[in-house]
Amino acid sequence: MPLRATHRDAGQATVVDLSGKITLGEGSALLRKTVRSLLDDKRTKIVLNLADVDYIDSSGIGELVSAFTTSKGRGGELKLLHLTKKVHDLLQLTKLYTVFDVYTDEGSALRSFQ
Amino acid sequence: MGTDPKHLEITLETQVESVNLAEEMCLRVAEAAGFGEEDCYKIGMSVREGVINAFHYGNQERPEKKIHLAVDLTGDKMIIHVLDEGQGFTLSEVPDPLAEENLLSTSGRGIFLMRAFMDEFDVVPGRTGGAEIVMAKKLPLQEKPGNNGTGSQGASPHQGT
Repeated sequence: MPLRATHRDAGQATVVDLSGKITLGEGSALLRKTVRSLLDDKRTKIVLNLADVDYIDSSGIGELVSAFTTSKGRGGELKLLHLTKKVHDLLQLTKLYTVFDVYTDEGSALRSFQ
Repeated sequence: MGTDPKHLEITLETQVESVNLAEEMCLRVAEAAGFGEEDCYKIGMSVREGVINAFHYGNQERPEKKIHLAVDLTGDKMIIHVLDEGQGFTLSEVPDPLAEENLLSTSGRGIFLMRAFMDEFDVVPGRTGGAEIVMAKKLPLQEKPGNNGTGSQGASPHQGT
């Protein structure tokens, strides 16, 4: 399933609801475009909701890292929410789980910005 | 086992669509060979990463170059070959993506994932002059008649670092 991304305001933060696959090509490109667009709009507190992302490859992992470092570089923060088991296991395997700020409920993710 | 060796090969264009095509083809072979869901996921991801490697690093995304994919089913394992038409590379020179200085790199995790997900993994010089990734997964143990259905999952310790 191709990646879909919608975003909604949650106070000062923005939650991006993603569903589908984050893989080489359109999936990775859409994630990049979405995050860059939010940062351009000064929406620098971003939560990526990955509850419906069931597949991610090395290109998708790279795109998550890029989103994280780009947000940080522009004075923002990017958190991950609701990892599926496959994404969780991949982030553990690649030692990125401790690099990202990961949450299991949206309220905690949003409060972490304060 | 008693399975006759089977061989399948396909030449792919150097384009993003080839990644999905290769993954889907190998997934069908893996499912038909009796691999379970978890192993199919690992095989599919490894094929994907192998073809991404050929597409991006090997063939430098040049459309006149090809990617050669071959799958062999022997009596005890599924062997996958991904050959590009690039300059080749030395496995030992690939940076470790788990090293502190590489953790925030946006690329360079494909080889690592293939190694982690497959039982055997190597990169050898290919007949095209490019790199040939050779990786294998042990077939799940076949149930024999009168075996009460135990031990249907193959062990899959992953290799190396």
